[in-house]
Amino acid sequence: MQLRRVMQPVRRRHDALGRKISATKPAKKTGWYNLGGEGMTRWGMAIDLDRCTGCEACVVACAAENNIQTVGEEQAREGRAMHWLRIERYYEGDFPNVRTRFMPVLCQQCGAAPCEPVCPVYATYHNPEGLNAMVYSRCIGTRFCANNCPYTVRVFNWFDAEFPAPLDSQLNPDVSVRPGGVMEKCTFCVQRIVAGKDEAAQEEREVADGEVKTACQQSCPTKAIAFGDLEDADSEVSRWAESPRAFSLLGDLDTRPGVVYLSGSEWRAPAE
Amino acid sequence: MTTESQRSAAVLDGELLGRLDRRRPGLLVGALASGALALVFFSCWGYQIANGIGVTGLNRPVFWGFYIINFVFWIGISHAGTLISAILRVTNAEWRRPVTRSAEAITLFALAIGGLFPLIHLGRVAIFYYMIPYPNSRMLWPNFRSPLVWDIAAITTYIIGSALYLFLPLIPDAAVMRDRAAAGLKKRFYALLALGWRGTAQQWHSLEWGIRILAVAIIPVAVSVHTIVSWDFAMTRTPGWKSTIFGPYFVVGAIFSGIAVLMIALALLRRGLGLGRFLTDRVFNNLGLLFVTMSLVWGYFTFAEHLTVWYSGDLSEKLVHHVLLHGDFAAPFWTMVVVNLVIPVAVLSFPRGRRPLPTALVGCGVLVGMWLERFLIVVPSLSTPRLAYSIGDYMPSWVELGIMIGAVGVFACLYFTFTRWLPIVSVWEMREGWRHGARGEGEATSGAAPTSATAAAPVPGGGAA
Repeated sequence: MQLRRVMQPVRRRHDALGRKISATKPAKKTGWYNLGGEGMTRWGMAIDLDRCTGCEACVVACAAENNIQTVGEEQAREGRAMHWLRIERYYEGDFPNVRTRFMPVLCQQCGAAPCEPVCPVYATYHNPEGLNAMVYSRCIGTRFCANNCPYTVRVFNWFDAEFPAPLDSQLNPDVSVRPGGVMEKCTFCVQRIVAGKDEAAQEEREVADGEVKTACQQSCPTKAIAFGDLEDADSEVSRWAESPRAFSLLGDLDTRPGVVYLSGSEWRAPAE
Repeated sequence: MTTESQRSAAVLDGELLGRLDRRRPGLLVGALASGALALVFFSCWGYQIANGIGVTGLNRPVFWGFYIINFVFWIGISHAGTLISAILRVTNAEWRRPVTRSAEAITLFALAIGGLFPLIHLGRVAIFYYMIPYPNSRMLWPNFRSPLVWDIAAITTYIIGSALYLFLPLIPDAAVMRDRAAAGLKKRFYALLALGWRGTAQQWHSLEWGIRILAVAIIPVAVSVHTIVSWDFAMTRTPGWKSTIFGPYFVVGAIFSGIAVLMIALALLRRGLGLGRFLTDRVFNNLGLLFVTMSLVWGYFTFAEHLTVWYSGDLSEKLVHHVLLHGDFAAPFWTMVVVNLVIPVAVLSFPRGRRPLPTALVGCGVLVGMWLERFLIVVPSLSTPRLAYSIGDYMPSWVELGIMIGAVGVFACLYFTFTRWLPIVSVWEMREGWRHGARGEGEATSGAAPTSATAAAPVPGGGAA
């Protein structure tokens, strides 16, 4: 199966009806979706796949930063591993000239997120800065959001989290530990965003580009991840998103992802 | 003056109500056996609440499994009664008379169980009420954009509607039961149900209007319920789910499986309670014709659904389609086609196939087939997500199986209890039918009227004080 289809140019200038659209400045409202206000921050991420070595340091950093429970071998075998960020493998070329390519897949923080309208209790909603926020205490666990996510990036707490010693000593105090029966997913390290904004507010200035770093970005040895404000044309993430190599994952679904991928080469899925 | 019709009324009362006075060991054994199964249901649910939803076989990407399948299945069965009996009432089909009560009871009990499944399915059932729009100090409301919230509104409406629809025609019969019962707890119970029914002309008038209005109103409600159930799937962007015909497809499937249960229940009632004089061959013949019609309509929808998906060539849709028709799910898929379409058409097309035993057997097959249909909607789509990396698998755990089987027990237990204490064939409607038959109005309930019922005098109904 060719995976070329998941790669769509990130900036279509017009939609099918001729309305102007772009990933960085989406329409204010389309159908069900409220896409946030004009001139506000739109948090976004760019991932350069040509730099990714698939080392999975980001996966580990994410788990440590966000108090993600470790479910153990048996549960993982049942398909219940809880990584908010996973490295998908794709192969390029024909045997024996095969090259493995890696794609970190995390919540795409869609501008028009399919997960949001289906939640009966507003446990997942769109915040003004373009994040798909989760309200854990509101979640009743219908798992409808996860079914409607085209990227399958939502993970569910099938049981109450357990952090046997000494794991409990490394819990991040800025992040809540989720109870069983609750959905969760990548938050773009919202606790770091909040901390960054607080610090900037203390010093009475704007948040500088590159000041807020997500855990995955911070831990990436090849600096394959950029994070920042997509509304700011000068930010690193905006400049990356302008690249001719940029694409959105499953962009034809028009979910307006906040994550942009960069890749210069042809892709193929693992041979089946 | 003791008219012949009053005598025939006494015969009818004796036959239909007299059996309620006797102890019937068969019913007791049935109720106890199904009660034990019901216990399995509640203990499995309790176990799941205590240990977490992880005791199921659900995983990523198959977030929905047996509970949602059974939810759709039971809501489908609930269309047996109210919808079928309402259509028959509105179209004034005389042969409906012995059928309506048992069908309406199926509706109410199936709906009660179907309505439980979404709650069983929740990760945190203790706070299920977040889905209900109730006033609260923080002004938090449910998300009215979500099909699940529509579901709650639709199912609540339907459950209230069908409870009323079962209850209204029960009032005159409850009054007769009250009048027959000796003073005591039993009499008080029937008196409570009879709501002080005296059988005055005014009361009959109100009752008939009430039933008429409800019968018309319940049809769009029933159609909307299963349409909205289908929208839990069709509103999403999941391959294999987003389909414009899911609404009518689900409604047809619901009526189809509803008739299947009705056929089984009627055959059992006819044999077990010796109701052959009321549940005549004609009833089975007519229901059998309806049954085979629904089978063909269902087959048409299934064909249309799969043809359009296959023809479009959309890659992610085609992948789901492939696992259904040729892949891991091919065996259940083709089994479904055989038991839902091939067998019903082969058997029910012939008058000899529309007798109690064959229709009930076909009904059993259709129940299996319709359960498989829901399984084939829920699981293949989820296990074949767009990004091939997350392709998954699903195997139900013993908890899910226990709850599924136990639910049948809950249903049977409720049904046995109902049959034990209340007339499963509507007595006053049968009488009314005989009167019509005697007068030559419409068609008589053939074969059921005793020869003595020839007089045209009006029958006062229950409450012969």
